[in-house]
Amino acid sequence: MAIFVDKNTKVIVQGITGRDGAFHAQQMIDYGTRVVGGVTPGKGGTTCCGVPVFDTMEEALKATKADTSVIYVPPQFAVDAIYEAAEAGVKLVVCITEGVPANDMLKVYHYLKAKGVRLIGPNCPGVISPGLCKVGIMPAQIHKKGNIGVVSRSGTLTYEIVFQLTNAGMGQSTCIGIGGDPVIGTNFIDCLEAFEKDPGTSAVVMIGEIGGSDEEMAADFIRKKMKKPVVGFIAGRTAPPGKRMGHAGAIICGSSGLAADKIKALNAVGVPVADIPSQVPGLIAERMKKKGPAKAKKAAPKAKAKIAKKATAKRKIGTRHAVSAKKAGKRR
Amino acid sequence: MKIHEYQAKDIFAKYAIPIPKGEVTSSPDGARHIAVRFERPVMVKAQVHVGGRGKAGGIKYCKDPDEAFFSAQDILGMNIKGLIVKKVLVTDAVDIASEAYVGIVLDRVTKKPVIMVSPAGGIDIEEVAAKTPEKIMKFAVDPIMGLRLFEATGLAMFIYKDFKLVRQCATIISKLYKVYMDNDASLTEINPLVGTKDGSLISLDAKIVLDDNGLYRHPDLEALRDMDAEDPDEMAAKKADLSFVKLDGNIGCCVNGAGLAMATMDLVKHFGGEPANFLDIGGSSSPEKVIVAMRIIAGDPKVKVILFNIFGGITRCDDVANGIIKAVEQLRPRVPIVVRLTGTNEEKGHQILKQVGLQATSSMEEVVKMALQKAS
Repeated sequence: MAIFVDKNTKVIVQGITGRDGAFHAQQMIDYGTRVVGGVTPGKGGTTCCGVPVFDTMEEALKATKADTSVIYVPPQFAVDAIYEAAEAGVKLVVCITEGVPANDMLKVYHYLKAKGVRLIGPNCPGVISPGLCKVGIMPAQIHKKGNIGVVSRSGTLTYEIVFQLTNAGMGQSTCIGIGGDPVIGTNFIDCLEAFEKDPGTSAVVMIGEIGGSDEEMAADFIRKKMKKPVVGFIAGRTAPPGKRMGHAGAIICGSSGLAADKIKALNAVGVPVADIPSQVPGLIAERMKKKGPAKAKKAAPKAKAKIAKKATAKRKIGTRHAVSAKKAGKRR
Repeated sequence: MKIHEYQAKDIFAKYAIPIPKGEVTSSPDGARHIAVRFERPVMVKAQVHVGGRGKAGGIKYCKDPDEAFFSAQDILGMNIKGLIVKKVLVTDAVDIASEAYVGIVLDRVTKKPVIMVSPAGGIDIEEVAAKTPEKIMKFAVDPIMGLRLFEATGLAMFIYKDFKLVRQCATIISKLYKVYMDNDASLTEINPLVGTKDGSLISLDAKIVLDDNGLYRHPDLEALRDMDAEDPDEMAAKKADLSFVKLDGNIGCCVNGAGLAMATMDLVKHFGGEPANFLDIGGSSSPEKVIVAMRIIAGDPKVKVILFNIFGGITRCDDVANGIIKAVEQLRPRVPIVVRLTGTNEEKGHQILKQVGLQATSSMEEVVKMALQKAS
C-alpha cells in the first residue's frame, strides 16, 4: 500500500509541452504512472508523449477525470497553475517549481486548505510509491517497493538515503519530497499522519534540515500520535547562521532553525537521528526489531479477549454451568 | 535580500509612512553640506546591512555641520561586524518623547504574516521577547483578507493610550503591511517608531528584508542590491545559477542539490575535516556550470582539494564527468580533485574520469575520506 499516490492515480501534467514537462512526463509514463493528459495554454488539441494536450485544466479534467496534477511551469506562472488545478477539481497538486515567492504561498496554502485540496511542494522532487506510481522527477531506478515511508525536505539527499535503504533491502512504501521552501503545502506532520494510518508502511524515515520548526512540531506529533518507529536525519549541522543554504527555507534566523535543536527535539521523543546517511538503514532495522517484544505484549490483550469471548460463549450455553465453574474457581 | 536604511526609508516615503528628512552621502564634506542645508542638528548614521550600528559607534548626534563632518569622517570606513561603511545617512535629529516597535515577519508555523507591536521600542525585539514578553502583542494577518483597519487599530491600542496617536499608528501599521505584501518582503520593521514632542509619529529607523524569490517581479528593488556588501564569489555563483556560501575550511565542495550539499559539508566535518564552502550546482550537468563552480572554489587560496559529490538522477553522470574534464582542461586547478558519481550512466562517468587520471568512487563516505587524505 502507499500514501497520496498509487496505481489508481490519474495525472495531468501542467506545462507538458515545455522541455522539463515533456521529459518528465515521458519518464513518468515509462514508469507506469497513469498520465492521462497535459495542459499547455495554446497547445490544446495536440498530443505530447502520447497523451492529449488541453488548453485549460477545466477541459483536461472534463475529458480525463484526472485527480492529480504535476506542475512543471516557471515561477511566474506556477501559483496560477496551482489555483487553476484546484478550481478544476484536482485533489492533489504536486508543484516541482523552485522560486515561488513566499507571500504568494501564504495565500495558496490557506486557499487550498479551505478547498480540501492537497499541495505537495513547491520546490520539491515530487512523490513516488515504488512499483505503483511516480509523480515527479526522482530517479525511479534507485527505489524499491517495500514498507518504509520516507518524507524529506530535500531532493538529492532523499535519493542518497533511499539508495542506502534499497541497497540494504529495505524497500519503500512511499517517498515524499515536501520541498525546500519556507512555506509548503504539505508538512512533516501531514505525511507522518498518513504513514501512521497506512497499513503498507511499517516505519518512517524523516529527512529534515536547518530552518523553521517543522521538525520540532513533528517530534511533538510523534510523541502524541505515532506508534510506528521513526528514524531521522538532519542536514546542515555545520551551516553558518544567517545564510540561505540553497533552499529558500534552509536558513538559521537568530537562534531558531538550528540543526542541533531539531536533533534534540527528535531524540527527546525517542527518534534516533543518524549522524551520517549510511547509518539510516541500521537504525531502522534496530527500531523495527525493538517492535518485536512490543508485538508480543500486544498479543496478550488479544489472548485475554479470546478467553473473555470463550467465557461469554460458555455463559450463553448454560448459565448454571458457568456459574458453578466460577464458584469452583473462587474456591481454588 | 537586505537593503539599507535609506533605501527602506525611500520605500516608506512612497507609502506616506512618516520619516525624518534625510539624505545619503559617501563623504564627510557631503555630510557637512547636508547639515548646512537642514539648518538643524542632525544624526549621522552608518549604512550597513547589520544591526547594532549604534553600539558600534556608527550612529552619532551632531549639533552643527562641523560635528557632522567629523562624525562622517569617523564613521565612513568603519568596520561594523565585518562590513565596511561606505555611505552614511544624514537625517534631521528628532526630539524623542516615546519609542515603540512595529514589525511584520513571515511566520512559518501559521503560514501568515505576523505583526508584532510593543511599547518597548529602541531595543532589540528579541531581547524584549526574552525578558518581557508581555510587552509584545502579536497578530497573524489572514493573507487572503489582508489587514483590516480595526485589526490595525487593536494593535495600535496596545502601544498608545492617546487616541490621536492610536489613529496615526493604525495608519502606519496598515501602510507597513502594504509595503510588506506589495514588495514581496519577508520582514518589514520600524524600530523605533518615535512619538515626537509635538504629538506625531515618525519612523526613526526602517528595515526591509526582501524575499529573493520575489525579486524577479521587482526589478526596481533588485537594483537596490549593494554589490559592495556582497561577497564577489557568491555573486558570481548566483549569476551562473549556483548557490554558494563561503566557509573557513580547506575542502572545496561541489554537489548537486542543497540538502545533499549540506549533508556533504556535515560529513566532511564528521570525519574531521573543514569544508571550504557550500555549493549547490543544481540539477543540470552543463559544463559551463562546472567551470564556474570550479573557478570559484579553486580561487580560494585555502582550498587544498576539490570534492565533487554528484547523485545523478535526471542528471547524467557521463555528462558531469565530461563537464569536470572540460573545466580541468580550461582552468588547470592547482589542487587535486576527487569525484563521487552515482546514478544514471555511473559506469560511463567513472570510465571517462579514469581516462584522464581522475579518481572516482560511488560512495559519498569514500569520496569525503579521499578528500581528507588529499588535504592532510
